[in-house]
Amino acid sequence: MILAADPLFKNGVDGEVVLIVIGKTLVVFALLLVLVLLYIWFMRKVIADMQNRIGPATAGPFGVLQTLADGIKLFFKEQSIPDQADSFVFKLAPYLSALPAFLAFAIVPIGGEVSIAGHQTYLQLADPEIGVLLLLAMSGIGLYGVMLAGWSSGSKYPLLGSVRASAQLISYEAAFSLAIVGVLLWSGTLSTRGIVNGQAWTGWDSFATQWYWAPASIAFVIFIIAAIAETNHPPFDLVEAEQELVGGFHTEYTGIRFGIFFLAEFMNLITMSAIAVTLFLGGPSGPSLGFLPASGTVNAWIMPCFWFFLKLVILLYGTVWIRASLPRLRYDQLMDLGWKWLIELAFLWAMVTGIIIIAKQQDWDLLLVVPAAALGALAVLGFLRLCMPKPGEFMDEVY
Amino acid sequence: MSLDPLERQTDEGGQELRAQHELVITGGPWPELEGESQTMIINMGPQHPSTHGVLRIMMELDGETVVRAKPVVGYLHTGMEKTGEELTYVQGATNVTRMDYASPLSNELVWSLAVEQLLDVEVPERAVWARMMLVELNRMSSHLLFQASNGMDIGAVSMMLYGWREREETLRLLEMITGLRMNHNFIRPGGIAADLPDGWQDETLRVCDLVEEGIFEYDQLLTANPIWLERMVGVGVITTEQALSLGATGPILRSTGFAWDLRTAQPYLAYEDVDFDVIYTENGDCFDRYRIRLYEIAESVKIVRQCVERMPRGDYRVQDKKVTPPPRARINESMEALIHHFKLFTEGFRVPAGETYTAVESPRGEIGCYLVSDGTGKPARLHIRGPSFYNLGTMPPMMEDRLVADAVAVISSVDPIMGEVDR
Repeated sequence: MILAADPLFKNGVDGEVVLIVIGKTLVVFALLLVLVLLYIWFMRKVIADMQNRIGPATAGPFGVLQTLADGIKLFFKEQSIPDQADSFVFKLAPYLSALPAFLAFAIVPIGGEVSIAGHQTYLQLADPEIGVLLLLAMSGIGLYGVMLAGWSSGSKYPLLGSVRASAQLISYEAAFSLAIVGVLLWSGTLSTRGIVNGQAWTGWDSFATQWYWAPASIAFVIFIIAAIAETNHPPFDLVEAEQELVGGFHTEYTGIRFGIFFLAEFMNLITMSAIAVTLFLGGPSGPSLGFLPASGTVNAWIMPCFWFFLKLVILLYGTVWIRASLPRLRYDQLMDLGWKWLIELAFLWAMVTGIIIIAKQQDWDLLLVVPAAALGALAVLGFLRLCMPKPGEFMDEVY
Repeated sequence: MSLDPLERQTDEGGQELRAQHELVITGGPWPELEGESQTMIINMGPQHPSTHGVLRIMMELDGETVVRAKPVVGYLHTGMEKTGEELTYVQGATNVTRMDYASPLSNELVWSLAVEQLLDVEVPERAVWARMMLVELNRMSSHLLFQASNGMDIGAVSMMLYGWREREETLRLLEMITGLRMNHNFIRPGGIAADLPDGWQDETLRVCDLVEEGIFEYDQLLTANPIWLERMVGVGVITTEQALSLGATGPILRSTGFAWDLRTAQPYLAYEDVDFDVIYTENGDCFDRYRIRLYEIAESVKIVRQCVERMPRGDYRVQDKKVTPPPRARINESMEALIHHFKLFTEGFRVPAGETYTAVESPRGEIGCYLVSDGTGKPARLHIRGPSFYNLGTMPPMMEDRLVADAVAVISSVDPIMGEVDR
């Protein structure tokens, strides 16, 4: 049972429980949409500030409704389909892109355990035991939206964009998954709730001792890089590189179909940041207000949500900062980075982590084991680097 | 709908390109394709975000690799050279200034120098120095535009606005002096249109400070950025021989280690009297062209500072009644002055028969004006040697066997202005 871990289902499923689940679904759906609206506004404002501009300023207070206005405009625009497009796939692609982005957010724990109408439940939509695998599956399916959109447009620039997309997303999927393994080895569970519980707040030193970013530091860096590449965010936005491919895979899209791609892209970014918060930064864990009752509204509802969103905003600010400052990588450089560095490093890091965990279980001398494992990993890395083809050297193609 | 989408996307344009390939200027022999073609012909432009206007580049792509490339021009043809034969010599400056719209003052300068050579008049010192200062300010604004658009083409979007910020200040200064932000028509045969306005020294020095701060900032932001270096170093390499045989000038030629700058090679205006360096590098790649333009801004600032310091007093236009209109005050009191003014602006002045080729160093290279006069008030033939047109020829050898992303970097580093290419 995919939802069985939630205490909501302990006493069987009745009408009230179904209503609570529907309510949570609607809230998460709306939350993600609102987050996208706010994120786009936030991004435009912050980048504008970095670039000596004002940014959106007319729609609503501080221009906060600008994205909504753009969305409404896109909704009422004519949607054209190119003559040579495969129209069924062309229409399907935006939804293939947006749906997984929604589904992946379902496993993100936003808060702790709360009580709704007398039922104890987690503040997250679903807590499947295979939570992290679901995330990987969804980001894999999301790729199809991008790939099919480019392929079905019947046009050249989108085709180039979708070829880039397939190669980029598949390569970085590997580094991305291996980086997550670095956390899973510590947590010992695939459930996001389990991972978050493993990083519970026990005091101010939990920041370094409990949260997984410290023991899995290199995995954290690899995760961030791979997640940025997975979400086609600058400096890895080759799939839609405006200066090279006009619009990349969505060149031929107009109206709300384009809007859905746009939405999906930013939803993916928010979901990935939320996953990074969950896996590495303790999710909703953080100090509560000691002078208030531990199970009161403030400490059970507000504080965990506050910490979660604070961490999310910090990560999202980072993505905006990167977007404003870095030039774009070239296609082959991106592949080099992915295959020649990130995958190997993530792999070796997972192995070193495994050795350390076993050493802890077996009570081996850590002072001896950790340097030995690190040296071994460096030796393997050096050996792999030696085996790699040099520039200008090609392997025989196999047919 | 019967065709497989992948099959549909290889089109017939390839035949045309292959048929014409011997006509294309290129750095070496083009590879012959054997057997079934796996390549795709793609038209980059004339409507494309990074083709700087309406440049069209036909590319044959093998995957993402450019196999052949060919720039196609003519989408901005406005017949300015022909129009120039229908305009008087005074009106001519308004015509040529619209060619290279990023550095209009260079066009006006080369036109005015050519006409003055035919007229055989000597412009006063103040006009010479004011012209030099204006052209250098324009070089600053043009190179700042390059920094902005180059940054954007490589994906550093913020660079675009930083470049425009400083360029805006430069344009504001030009507006204060000439009255217009572009297409100034300020440098005219015989001198400049008006004297420099009150307070121009302070304003110019302020802009010089701002621009110097700006280029320091770009240097900090980009020059050592590892992604920037990866994208630029060793990309779009061209040798001195190739550049010379293709007629490329300006930063492209100087990036190959050939320090050719008309300001020192054939000094005009007062360039002999000011202290500045010709920037050149050895590698001939995109990064070198970026660096050259960045440091040339600093050299221009140096020249402008010297102009402010040493600007001579005196008249700002030649006192030759055949060329210069009477002052405004005289027109109100003198019938003859009014008639003279009217004739000068309707028929224009007559230029002795003869021909001349005059060249100056614009931000893009050697801009030349070939002018033939048959002794009437209008030129018999006008031809402008637009540096962008010749520089476009260097694109195919730079692009071939590189990726599409490199092609964009190459277009950007050649920095063509299509108005000047098509004229």
